Amino acid sequence: MSIEIQGIGKRFGDFVALEDVTLEVEAGSLTALLGPSGSGKSTLLRIVAGLEQPDAGTVRLDGEDVTVTPPQARGVGFVFQHYAAFKHMTVRKNVAFGLEVRRRPKSEVAARVDELLELVQLRGLADRYPAQLSGGQRQRMALARALAVEPSVLLLDEPFGALDARVRKELRRWLRRLHDEQHVTTVIVTHDQEEAMDVADRIALMHEGRIQQIGDPRELYDAPVNDFVRSFFGPVVETADGLVRPHDLSLSHEPGPTSFEAMVTRVVHLGFEVRVDLLDADGRAFSAQLTRDEEAELELESGQIVFVSPRNGVDASVGTPGLGVGDEVVE
Amino acid sequence: MSVSSVALSSGARRLTLRGIALFYLLAILIGPVIVVCWRTFDQGAGHVWDTLTDSNTIHAFEMTLLVTAIAVPVNTVFGIIVGLAIVRRNFPLKGLLNAFIDLPLALSPVVVGLSLFLLYGRGGWFGDWFEAHGIQILFALPAMVLATIFVSLPFVAREVIPTLREIGDEQEQAARTLGASAWQTFRRITLPSIRWAVIYGVVLTTARCLGEYGAVAIVSGRLEGQTETATLRVEDRYTNFDLAGAYSIAVVLASMAILVLIAMTLLKPKEEAER
Repeated sequence: MSIEIQGIGKRFGDFVALEDVTLEVEAGSLTALLGPSGSGKSTLLRIVAGLEQPDAGTVRLDGEDVTVTPPQARGVGFVFQHYAAFKHMTVRKNVAFGLEVRRRPKSEVAARVDELLELVQLRGLADRYPAQLSGGQRQRMALARALAVEPSVLLLDEPFGALDARVRKELRRWLRRLHDEQHVTTVIVTHDQEEAMDVADRIALMHEGRIQQIGDPRELYDAPVNDFVRSFFGPVVETADGLVRPHDLSLSHEPGPTSFEAMVTRVVHLGFEVRVDLLDADGRAFSAQLTRDEEAELELESGQIVFVSPRNGVDASVGTPGLGVGDEVVE
Repeated sequence: MSVSSVALSSGARRLTLRGIALFYLLAILIGPVIVVCWRTFDQGAGHVWDTLTDSNTIHAFEMTLLVTAIAVPVNTVFGIIVGLAIVRRNFPLKGLLNAFIDLPLALSPVVVGLSLFLLYGRGGWFGDWFEAHGIQILFALPAMVLATIFVSLPFVAREVIPTLREIGDEQEQAARTLGASAWQTFRRITLPSIRWAVIYGVVLTTARCLGEYGAVAIVSGRLEGQTETATLRVEDRYTNFDLAGAYSIAVVLASMAILVLIAMTLLKPKEEAER
């Protein structure tokens, strides 16, 4: 089922949470709403679910205007960052909740719950209470609960935000596989660009209540429309020609036509790649990313003076100058 | 040497503190109850039996239980609704409502009784209307119930409000997105989550209703065998120099309150172990 968001605006007192947001989510796709905290991404998701009322604009599900429809009549599944587990119910009861309030026959409920517990690999824990589960298990239970009622749209609000790094990686791969099997139109809110790129087909990057750019992960990384988008997808370095990423810098012991001088402050080995922290003549710190072999050839040491230039073929002219992001983007 | 003397002095200090606490409890709480129990049987068990089986005494207990049985459910429903309104909704004058709930705690029951008297008495705002329609409010059950509801009003709301704040509304939102109506969400999610606060509030409300004296004393008219509650009966026996009679009724009242508290304590740990 498709989602059409048209001209949505929302204020909380004086704070403008969303301003004229328009977004179309294709049926069966997995879209990420990405942005820093306070960018309005969660508010937008809650408006789609009906948990928040917009001040302006419309929300359509599969062409039908649901802007004023209460959440229980929208047929959406919602997964919360902090699980929102029903603490006084067992895992089985939690998953069955949506079916029981719809007064489905008992045998049907039991069969569907078993099927879902199998899907989220919680079959053995069906009679436990949420307090007896780990964070990852609780979130899988919440997902099963949301999927039980066969929602037309699945909305996830920072679903892995409260989990540790290893579990979140595992769960997002698992979510992607689940999506590939079930094809439920899914929107996931996250502040982690790596997570968004890992799971989503399309990313809508938000900042200060507006969508900055919509596209597939590669588009946003390779062809950012402005400096905010560019800097959001990893650190950037300001050179004479514009902003480039650390892995687009090359270091040399010989000066070149576009190079500038910098002092090596630290060489950090991160497995295959090596991060070189540098200080330029104006005292600004930045870093360059090299491969292990490149670094070995240069034999870098802290205190050395090297010549830094953008790699050949890097177009450093993308990005609108004058947005004032220079200070925060140089690492 | 110095270490052990420090330990000794801290041990001694602990003992002193415990002693003070124990003495305080004994003097203020336990002592009077024991003395009342003791004096009850001064004139023998026969007199106790006679007092308690006296038809006016039985009627007084019936009145107390009847008033309690009406006031507690009313205040429970009211307390939950007000709690939900204050925590989950936004409306004008919310702060005022929140402050007003505590009014019965601050106001002397005598004042409550007097104000009811002024409202429902002859020439009062509502009094003439009810009298014209042949409905007896003062010196009858309605006024006694109103007075008791007023003085026991805050307890459920005051227990429910912090619990509602603590559980937050995410579970309720989740229930809504899963298709539950407002009533289903309340029945299946909110109420089970706050049940202990509600039960505790009900216990406190019940205790307050059983013990209510001042407001009811004014509006009931204290008609023996008609509008006399158990607490009023205690006073009646006392002023008629039937001390042992007064004590025996007081002991029954105290036992009822203690039973309610014991039932609470027995129920509660089971619930906590389950979590």
